[in-house]
Amino acid sequence: MEERDPIQSLLTEPLVAINLGLAGFGEAIQDQEAEVVLVDWSPPAGGDKELMDLLDQLL
Amino acid sequence: MATSLRIKKNQYYDSVFLMGVNKRLSESEGVSQSMVVMASEANKQMLADLGIQDPRLQTAQPNDLIVVVSADSQKIADQLLEQFDQFLEVSAASKGQSSLHTLQDGLESKPNANLTVISVPGEYAAREARLAVEKGLNVFLFSNNVSLDDEIVIKRLAKDRGVLVMGPDCGTSIINGVGIGFANRVRRGPVGVVGPSGTGLQEFTCLVHHLGSGISHAIGTGSRDLSDAVGGVTTLAALQVLDKDPMTEIIAVISKPPGRKTLPVLTTAFASCTKPVVACFLGIREDVSGAGETFRLGRTIDEAASMATGKQGALAENIEAQNLLAKARSSRHPKQQYLRGLFAGGTFCYQSQQILQSHNTQVYSNSPLDDRFALQHPDRSQKHTLVDMGDDFYTRGRPHPMIDGSQRARRIIAEAEDPNVAIILLDFILGYNSSMDPVNDLLPAIHVAQQKAESRGGKITFVASITGTELDPQGYKTQIMALQAADVITFQSNAAATEFCVKLLEN
Repeated sequence: MEERDPIQSLLTEPLVAINLGLAGFGEAIQDQEAEVVLVDWSPPAGGDKELMDLLDQLL
Repeated sequence: MATSLRIKKNQYYDSVFLMGVNKRLSESEGVSQSMVVMASEANKQMLADLGIQDPRLQTAQPNDLIVVVSADSQKIADQLLEQFDQFLEVSAASKGQSSLHTLQDGLESKPNANLTVISVPGEYAAREARLAVEKGLNVFLFSNNVSLDDEIVIKRLAKDRGVLVMGPDCGTSIINGVGIGFANRVRRGPVGVVGPSGTGLQEFTCLVHHLGSGISHAIGTGSRDLSDAVGGVTTLAALQVLDKDPMTEIIAVISKPPGRKTLPVLTTAFASCTKPVVACFLGIREDVSGAGETFRLGRTIDEAASMATGKQGALAENIEAQNLLAKARSSRHPKQQYLRGLFAGGTFCYQSQQILQSHNTQVYSNSPLDDRFALQHPDRSQKHTLVDMGDDFYTRGRPHPMIDGSQRARRIIAEAEDPNVAIILLDFILGYNSSMDPVNDLLPAIHVAQQKAESRGGKITFVASITGTELDPQGYKTQIMALQAADVITFQSNAAATEFCVKLLEN
């Protein structure tokens, strides 16, 4: 099977977005009837940078 | 005056949501100033810079919410902090709830996702963007305050993985007809456009729409993409994909001048495109190799839109503008001689300076084309002055003028105190995520300013450009009619509005 080119598919296939951050950005995409999932994001590991790095290493 | 502070542990909200909460809190009776921010290091520093000190701030964590109220009395300040949850609840009622908290959660919910839109605070944005790229996702990265080093690493990784990273500091894109970030609703059509400037892309896409054509895709790249340090990684990838895109027939690039080393790389890429290319490098002074041969070079965004569509647009002279010119000149007091431009869009501040300089009019700015004309302080205009009110000086911890007009409203009134001011040039930017009524945000200030000038026997000529289309949620015609009813002379583009100001200044 031919491997999907992510940039090409962005421009030729319907938009499917994941929104992290300002909820308004995701809601505006919804208003345009595009597919979007709104993530209720907050700083990982309570914003503790060292813990965040540790988590990244584990994942 | 009394100040009270409260910290709410583990309650994270996004910055735009909190700005809305803060606006309502600050409008409460007896409040002189209020701040509602997350306890990030940057926000804690900002509070310290404002002289707000409290031992509790030392231990506050990034997921904690800080509320500060300065009021006429301690009683009012304390009462408002006690009632603060009500302000939060009123705002939260309109906020959708989600059980998803991470990018991984989002990806599990939408395994077929092809774009991640990231607008988290800058200090976390690079991490989220890197994770998205590693998962093979394209990224729209609105967040600023991402380091140059992080940008380079993320874009190199993106190139290796074959994905597109629009940003950091990317304000606008339109992908497959869907506006991302601050974008206008425009007709779809054969013109594809790439560029680092959000408002530049908004203006271009709207002008193409007004000229009867349409946009296949508008790809924002982030403000530093064409610097020599980044080398145009996203711009070059976007050019390549637009060249292959079946809907795109002509490609435009709208930018400030690229880095010295990046410019020839870019023009070589133009020459390799199989489709016609139109470029607009605002403020470029030297000749650009290949211009007129392998690509066409527009001096302004208007010219680029005309070249891309083959049609003449907003710059065409009209009789009405001539009549307005004569009327504005005749109602001016002899003392009134200076232009003041107050912009929400940084690109407009830049383009207006370029146009005025091309007519040998020297202008001062907080974001000058030429450092000799830098304002000593952004709040103090001198002679002809154009102010970028979206600059960090105005937006650190405060809403951008595209979302909230209050800082610009105050500046309009401040400019009207100066009896030498003849013209105030403004921009109004419609579209998704902008203020829902940008004109009415400023109209009361315009009236106050006009009264001040009239009390001195003069009249300030207000000139405005409106970036938008009739498809935008704000109502394009309603916004224009409200301006015209207040005697504001309106244009479809910043370049046209600026050229009109040049004529107004001629005697």
